[in-house]
Amino acid sequence: MQLKVDNMTYSYGGKEAVDNISIHVNKGEFVGVIGPNGSGKSTLLKNIYRALTPDRGTAVLDGEALFSMSHKKTALKMGVVGQENEVPFDFTVEEIVAMGRTPHKKLFEIDNEYDREITNHALEHVGMESMAKRSYLHLSGGEKQRVIIARVIAQESDFLILDEPTNHLDISYQMQVLDFVKRLEVTVLSAIHDLNMAALYCDRIYVLKGGKIVREGTPKEVLTPENIYEIYGVHCDTAIHPLTGKVSITFLPASVYA
Amino acid sequence: MKFTALKRLFNREKLDMKVVILLLVAISIISVVLCLGLGPVYVSPGNTARILLSRIPVIGDGIPHTWQQVEENIVIGLRLPRVCLGLVVGASLSITGVAMQALVRNHLADPFILGVSSGASAAATLGMLFGTFAFLGRYSLSISAFLGAAVTIIFVYSLSRVQGRINMAQLLLSGVAISMIMDGVTRVITLSAPNALGLHNATFWMSGSLAGAKSGYLRLPFVVLLICMAILIINYRGLNLLLLGEESAGALGINVKRLQKLLILVASLMSGVTIAVSGTIGFVGLMVPHFTRLLVGGDHRRVLPVSALMGGILVVWVDVLARMLIAPEELPVGILTAIIGGPLFIFLLRRKNRKN
Repeated sequence: MQLKVDNMTYSYGGKEAVDNISIHVNKGEFVGVIGPNGSGKSTLLKNIYRALTPDRGTAVLDGEALFSMSHKKTALKMGVVGQENEVPFDFTVEEIVAMGRTPHKKLFEIDNEYDREITNHALEHVGMESMAKRSYLHLSGGEKQRVIIARVIAQESDFLILDEPTNHLDISYQMQVLDFVKRLEVTVLSAIHDLNMAALYCDRIYVLKGGKIVREGTPKEVLTPENIYEIYGVHCDTAIHPLTGKVSITFLPASVYA
Repeated sequence: MKFTALKRLFNREKLDMKVVILLLVAISIISVVLCLGLGPVYVSPGNTARILLSRIPVIGDGIPHTWQQVEENIVIGLRLPRVCLGLVVGASLSITGVAMQALVRNHLADPFILGVSSGASAAATLGMLFGTFAFLGRYSLSISAFLGAAVTIIFVYSLSRVQGRINMAQLLLSGVAISMIMDGVTRVITLSAPNALGLHNATFWMSGSLAGAKSGYLRLPFVVLLICMAILIINYRGLNLLLLGEESAGALGINVKRLQKLLILVASLMSGVTIAVSGTIGFVGLMVPHFTRLLVGGDHRRVLPVSALMGGILVVWVDVLARMLIAPEELPVGILTAIIGGPLFIFLLRRKNRKN
């Protein structure tokens, strides 16, 4: 087991946004966290990647207590792709990706040949090598997200946390990002907004509602019309798609269902 | 872009930092020699250079004595401390700007705009009036200015944090409000107790001046500049990452809280000791990092040394303008930097709004 979180609780002054949650992620798994807006997906992940400090609870990463680890050591074991990827200052694509090497560097150490190799390799992985010298400021949203994925590749950690990485992207970029991540063959814990995407890419899914885990299991077990109605309050029809072999969800508007 | 030609000159892909730094050092030296000669009494650059060289041990003896004693007195006694102070003050203000911009993740931050200069001035005048830190001797003024700067930075920073993020409108408005309050305090103190404050009057604190520079003023700001510069350069990766946002920086292994505290300390120290000797010279910390980034990009490993050198050059030249424009009267140098820097600030503000 790569990550194990036990009884984690976090509140934004009064109301519990993450309420006594326990989850685990096995090595090599792609685990999704789904749930309505404001269900605490992002808060849960932020507590795990230490942008927030939980009120209660423990977490173990690679057999070591996560919250007493140094930030640098955490960064060597765990890479994060967040929602906010705007950088209001002028950096080249290459410079942004090279920042992924930070946890590997000592205080006075400057980037060496190996760092540059990894940076180039990461850019190739996401098909951005021709943009290396471009300014990050002027990229499109999808391109920025690819650069951030390249940065997390350069970080060389074998556990990734993705906080709704495809939020503002159109469908081609959404799939591209998740394909890039899948191809890395690392352990992933990702908040995912789109249920069909979750069905396509996840090995296991946790469902969050009101800060609590209300369902967990494989996409087939979790993504049933009854569960989806209970969680989101919308009607739908599900089927196993003949090509993908995965659950495919068709949402039914009120006009059809009634 | 107007700067494409310049950018090509400083081609970022193959940008050789050694060349850039050497070039800027050369420009600094030339500026120093030229500026030492300029003023009500003109001394030719040749003579200025020879006067300077004659002061250097070993090679000094071989320099032909082609100048008059009065020229030497003016260059060494009057102008050299002032020009050196200009270099140190310009570098410190620029580096303070860089540090504050990383702290609030906004390139509009500057010690003047965010009220830090005013806070430092007010604390310094208070310190003079009540002699609070008199037991610290000659550094009492600098220490009270440092404390004033630190309190203001912390105050403005916490006021402008909304839900864990720095809100730009809130940041600029709290900066304006705090400068007004602090300037008011300074004015009341300087007007009500004129004798106790000696040379330093309200105009000095509010518009800044390098006039009256003595070589004794130089040591502390210079030492502080060197130490702070070293601290920032060591942390250049952290500074770069802070610009990506606190969460990304944390996820890449930076201890964000500690780095932010360090930046507050460094920025207050540099602005405090600088303002204690030069008063408020605004917009330098805004202009210099901005043009530096246009030339060498956002990487702090480049931004820090290049800003320091460019800041020194800028302030030295603006100071020459300040003493030449309406000679024999002298303009406070801070007024000139405001006239040059203010429009740039408005331009940046408008461009920022257009982007959003």
